[in-house]
Amino acid sequence: MRLKTRRDAPVWLIALLPILSIGVAFIIGAFFIIWAGESPITAYIALIKGSLGSTFAITESLARATPLIFTGLAAAVAFRAKFWNIGAEGQLYCGAMAATLVGTGVIDLPAPIMIPMLFIAGALGGCLILLVPVVLKTHMKVDEVVTTLLLNFVILLFVNMLLEGPWKDPMAMGWPQAARIIDNGVLPTIVAKSRLHFGIIIALVMSVVMWAILRFTVWGYEIRAVGYNQQASTFFGISINKSVLMVALFSGGLAGMAGVSEVAGLKGYLTLTLSPGFGYTGIAVAMLAQLHPIGVIVSAIFLASIYVGADAMSRTVNIPNYIADILVAISLLSVLVGAMLTRFRIVWGK
Amino acid sequence: MKKLQFSKICKNFGSVVANDNISLSLGEGEILSVLGENGAGKTTLMNILFGHYISDKGFIEVEGQRLTPGSTRASLDAGIGMVHQHFTLADNLTVLENIILGTEPLIRLWSQKKQAYKKLKTLSKRFGLLINPDAKVADLTVGEKQRVEIIKALYRDASILILDEPTAVLTPQETKQLFKVLKEMVNAGLSIMFISHKLHEILEISDRIVVLRDGKLVGEVATENASKESLAEMMVGRKVTRPSYEKLKIGKAVLELNNVCLNASERSTALSDINLKIHEKEIVGLAGVAGNGQAGLASILQGLASPSSGEFKLFGKNLVKYDPCYLTESGVARIPEDRTNEGIIGEMELWENFLGEELRSKAKSGFIIDKKQAVSNAEKLIQEYDIRCEGPFASTRLLSGGNIQKLILARSLSNNPRFIIANKPARGLDEGAISFVQQQIIDAKTQGAGVLLISEDLDEIFELSDRIAVIFEGKLQGPFDSNTVNINQVGLMMSGEVKAESLHEA
Repeated sequence: MRLKTRRDAPVWLIALLPILSIGVAFIIGAFFIIWAGESPITAYIALIKGSLGSTFAITESLARATPLIFTGLAAAVAFRAKFWNIGAEGQLYCGAMAATLVGTGVIDLPAPIMIPMLFIAGALGGCLILLVPVVLKTHMKVDEVVTTLLLNFVILLFVNMLLEGPWKDPMAMGWPQAARIIDNGVLPTIVAKSRLHFGIIIALVMSVVMWAILRFTVWGYEIRAVGYNQQASTFFGISINKSVLMVALFSGGLAGMAGVSEVAGLKGYLTLTLSPGFGYTGIAVAMLAQLHPIGVIVSAIFLASIYVGADAMSRTVNIPNYIADILVAISLLSVLVGAMLTRFRIVWGK
Repeated sequence: MKKLQFSKICKNFGSVVANDNISLSLGEGEILSVLGENGAGKTTLMNILFGHYISDKGFIEVEGQRLTPGSTRASLDAGIGMVHQHFTLADNLTVLENIILGTEPLIRLWSQKKQAYKKLKTLSKRFGLLINPDAKVADLTVGEKQRVEIIKALYRDASILILDEPTAVLTPQETKQLFKVLKEMVNAGLSIMFISHKLHEILEISDRIVVLRDGKLVGEVATENASKESLAEMMVGRKVTRPSYEKLKIGKAVLELNNVCLNASERSTALSDINLKIHEKEIVGLAGVAGNGQAGLASILQGLASPSSGEFKLFGKNLVKYDPCYLTESGVARIPEDRTNEGIIGEMELWENFLGEELRSKAKSGFIIDKKQAVSNAEKLIQEYDIRCEGPFASTRLLSGGNIQKLILARSLSNNPRFIIANKPARGLDEGAISFVQQQIIDAKTQGAGVLLISEDLDEIFELSDRIAVIFEGKLQGPFDSNTVNINQVGLMMSGEVKAESLHEA
């Protein structure tokens, strides 16, 4: 068995790939559901009902998709330049910390000023922490996969320390959580009596902005060029270090905004349970979207629906909601295998 | 009896016919040259002989015995030895260790170095292949490494030796020496297949010549009946006229290097005290064996590195910024050594690759890419330079080497540059593309540009250059007026000999 390089993969194949992968994931997932002793059909119906079956379910799915769009974009833009930022989780918490720092009473301004300020603060928080791995990479060639990943744990422990110590809200009846974001800083909900908040609008706008930057600007060209071929980029006069720095600022900033959106939109305060791994799931979102900023919206909503649906399913049918992780993992693996198949063709025999 | 016989070999790769019904034979004590352009099917044929590919049809016989297809072991056992263009030696082992590598059984307590040593000594004496068995391969020169490759094949009792472009890395003197060795081997009864596209070498060394074109065997001649012109015509399929150069009245200096030095790096050997002046309307050829500092000099001239000391004057002014975009804007055309990895980004579309160094200067307010303009510019250049492609939106990695080089030429030469740094612009291209590239460079010179042409191909250098400089271990000799030096003298300088002062130009 050998692999042969294809000429250009047909467009329909590239477009079909995520859909096929998801299909494969559901088929393989069915075996696990049978293993757990249930009918996959009832389980999947429960899953779909739970994620899309009612206004409440849809708003829940979209609310869950909001941080995933931010972290998905963070991963997509970084991976385009082959800058492997695995630290969106930590950057998300940094954004949340920045929002808490600014938004819990130090300053009180009208909402139209306060909210953008929170997002800017959060983006800066995400950027600043990512500067450490960037400088280590550009100046000392330290691998960013290791530094960004390990920094996540440092940041989580730091947040833990703050919440158990100086930032602990005395009004929270002993729970380790920070003070609430002041009213002017809270993101308004867009559907009454739901948790779907204004953050999703900002996430959608950021997707379009990133898409436009990648597609129409010199920055986008440089990001893609550096990702494809560093030698030629250097020959064209593109500074690799500058491009990596730029990409890191985008990526860290977007991840930081995810933290703001969660703190100021969903939870209202900083806790250690703010993110159940949105930073890591963002990587799956980006890969499933094949690093396309608009695709990130679709894949974030899809993955969020699976998670939300699986929660609902575990309540109605007797299956643990870990099935969601299995489905997401398999669809991600299928996309990776499929992406390889669009570039290569398998030839059997010698 | 025929030593080696290919019978009706066919091999297709998808819709591409690599070998089409090729039959040829090699006699005992014969040197057979296989001539053909890139993509003519030479390499495929050798890969079939060596068991890397299996032919779709046809078979190979060695001394009347059918060769098992698809087995490298069978080919080795049949006495076929191959010397690849790119050496397959382990740098950190000695010559002796490299030679016995792979010949010993897997499980044995001690290796038979002593016997091997003896055998090696006899072989090297017999054929005049002088080599120190205990030397580390990393310390050898290119010519010596090639000798090790040849001995390696002989050590395995090869009676048929295949040499794939063996002279590509050698100086003319080393080539002479290699040819002497080959003659000795043939006299001792070995048979040799010599693969090359350098016509004068083929005429010098072989007894018989076969020519491949587009996968077919298009000609077979005894060497005494062949000429350079007839071979070239057979190889290309039509009459070839290489552009000829004409000396022009030179103008102002476009480039001046004074005592330029560069520290050694991964990319290049150190440069010491380079002095070079290039004028409008002249081509200066830079000859040298690869790895003697050409890469370093090119990277300075292309704005990719700044010299550690010395002066770099461009168009009469000191260069203030070592930056590719700045150089391009100032009127420098840059043709990179590695066209597929450095000159283009294969995954991007053609029109994007036409932007290259001018990405920022051509963008609206330096930020928004003017796609409309870029695409129409790409369309214009595709027409003008006859780039074979599916249009400006095709992905660039699908282009052939010649068309990639056309793209790079179109990008850099369409701005009427005043100085051109061309690093091995014709290497690896086929005849048609070579004459196109060379003609473009000559035209640019006629229009007033000064050119530095870096090349390992001395024929090319002599065909195009007004003056010739030689680089050896980071030091420059010359440039000399090309009428005052001959190929032999340049060859000697390439291996470090200092040329007599009397011919030194002021």
